[in-house]
Amino acid sequence: MEIDEIRKVASLARLELSDQELQTYGQNLTEILGYVEVLNEVDIEDALPMPHAVDLQNVFRTDERCLSLDREAALSNAPKTDGQFFQVPQILEQKDA
Amino acid sequence: MPELHEQSTDSLLASLQAGDLASRTLTTACLARIDQLNSKLNAFISVDADAALAQADSVDTRRAAGEAIGMLQGLPVGIKDNMCQAGVATTCGSRMLNNYRPPYSAHVVERLNAEDGVIVGKLNMDEFAMGSSTETSASGATRNPWDTDHSPGGSSGGAAAAVAAGMVPLALGSDTGGSIRQPASFCGVVGMKPTYGRVSRFGLVAFASSLDQIGPFAKDVHGAALLLQAIAGHDTRDTTSVDSDVANYSVQHRQSLEGLRIGIVDEHYGEGLDDEVETAVRSGIARLESAGATVRSVKLSHAKYSVATYYLIAPSEASSNLARYDGIHYGHRTENFDSKNDGLLDLYRRSRGEGFGAEVKRRIMLGTYALSSGYYDAYYLKALKVRRRIREDFDKAFSDVDVIAGPVAPTAAFRIGEKMNDPLAMYLSDIYTIGANLAGIPGISVPCGLTSAGLPIGLQLQAPAFSETTLLQAAAMAETSGETIGACPVA
Repeated sequence: MEIDEIRKVASLARLELSDQELQTYGQNLTEILGYVEVLNEVDIEDALPMPHAVDLQNVFRTDERCLSLDREAALSNAPKTDGQFFQVPQILEQKDA
Repeated sequence: MPELHEQSTDSLLASLQAGDLASRTLTTACLARIDQLNSKLNAFISVDADAALAQADSVDTRRAAGEAIGMLQGLPVGIKDNMCQAGVATTCGSRMLNNYRPPYSAHVVERLNAEDGVIVGKLNMDEFAMGSSTETSASGATRNPWDTDHSPGGSSGGAAAAVAAGMVPLALGSDTGGSIRQPASFCGVVGMKPTYGRVSRFGLVAFASSLDQIGPFAKDVHGAALLLQAIAGHDTRDTTSVDSDVANYSVQHRQSLEGLRIGIVDEHYGEGLDDEVETAVRSGIARLESAGATVRSVKLSHAKYSVATYYLIAPSEASSNLARYDGIHYGHRTENFDSKNDGLLDLYRRSRGEGFGAEVKRRIMLGTYALSSGYYDAYYLKALKVRRRIREDFDKAFSDVDVIAGPVAPTAAFRIGEKMNDPLAMYLSDIYTIGANLAGIPGISVPCGLTSAGLPIGLQLQAPAFSETTLLQAAAMAETSGETIGACPVA
């Protein structure tokens, strides 16, 4: 796998990787993807994709208010808050003063 | 009288119920074992002795007052550190969740509390349950109590080691590709993966949601049946949890099975299977035969594709599930990011790059690739279609037999470090267990012998979906006494 391709995957995955890591994962992925080529032997014509272990049915619930975590509990593990909200870096540009 | 940590589940339950043994006494004995052995085995990540003793006292007080006690009767239980317990650190073996204290409890934790299990602590595991050796944990590797140079297996290695070493009589693990059965085999204990949907996953930190299932570890089949009964059942908070009655497993597994039909799979005995493992597995099957079961061959023609299928599906689901670790809502957040240019994106990338370990990153990369534009059909979608073929094989086999018997893993416990630099070799150690996860069926590992070096070997039994009772009955038939496989040296 080319280094640019592996860099693109890391970017899609939102992972900051060192050059050494990019190289290692590139080799790993090449090896693993080589191994999974064995699946090309299988006749999958007419096979329905099986995304779940059992046949799932949609589960409905009544549209009612119910209890959920209170604010304090929901924020209790947040790395950065102002006590009311999660805090993130600024994502919108400020108007010039 | 044998020491408490050597006693069967039956014996402990009888003493507890009769009032001859206080839950506090048993819990204290477990805490002393943990104190004595954990520095050597590293099975527990955290122990809450005060909470455990308070819970034990509550059971003892209610029993003394003549009140009804839940089915676990005050037995101590350890839980894998990927199950949320309100207010208690739940690390998932990851630096990412180093300081995470969930504000709610998993369904299984609520069930343990309701049935009077005494939770003593959180058990070590591969990071985010990704691994087969419990070496990828941010808390360091767990060691096999049968030989501390060896791995206990994984990812629920802490749970298997703790039960084998007599630190707790019962433990909960999770199994996505064999993570309960393989460590149970490596540590000489009973470990069971229930049918997908039998146990609620609410509060289990997600790895691969179509494959993950919580299940019991115990020293004997009775303990596993009891613990399964305590945690199984419908929960509306997990929409894949199945609304069907929970059988009385702890009683029914003792009922003898007439005319049990066992399938053996010729493909299991090919290249890669260790000779000593094969001998022990065949002796386990012979024991079932001498108890009246009939054996015939069944075909699982697509079994050889299960590792390739799994290592596309599981990482794909993982890459999606683990997208939630963004450094904002909970979990690790980097100290160093460029707040000016692409600040939010840089925060994500660096937080994740620092918080996740090597195996987790490898799987996120693999899954992201398999789902990415242009590759989805060739990898993920193709794997889903092969998964269908694997399921069809099981359906066909189970029209002829009640249970499939075979090895759990190709070898007994490997040495710590042996496979750490060869991810593919590590993945291939899951070859016999992965099929049950892909197909959603239950499987169990029961000890069936030892290698000449004195390492345990497990017999795997698999049954159709929701046939836990049959599976446990067959496991009870195959079960040998501790004397037959030998006692764990550390115990």
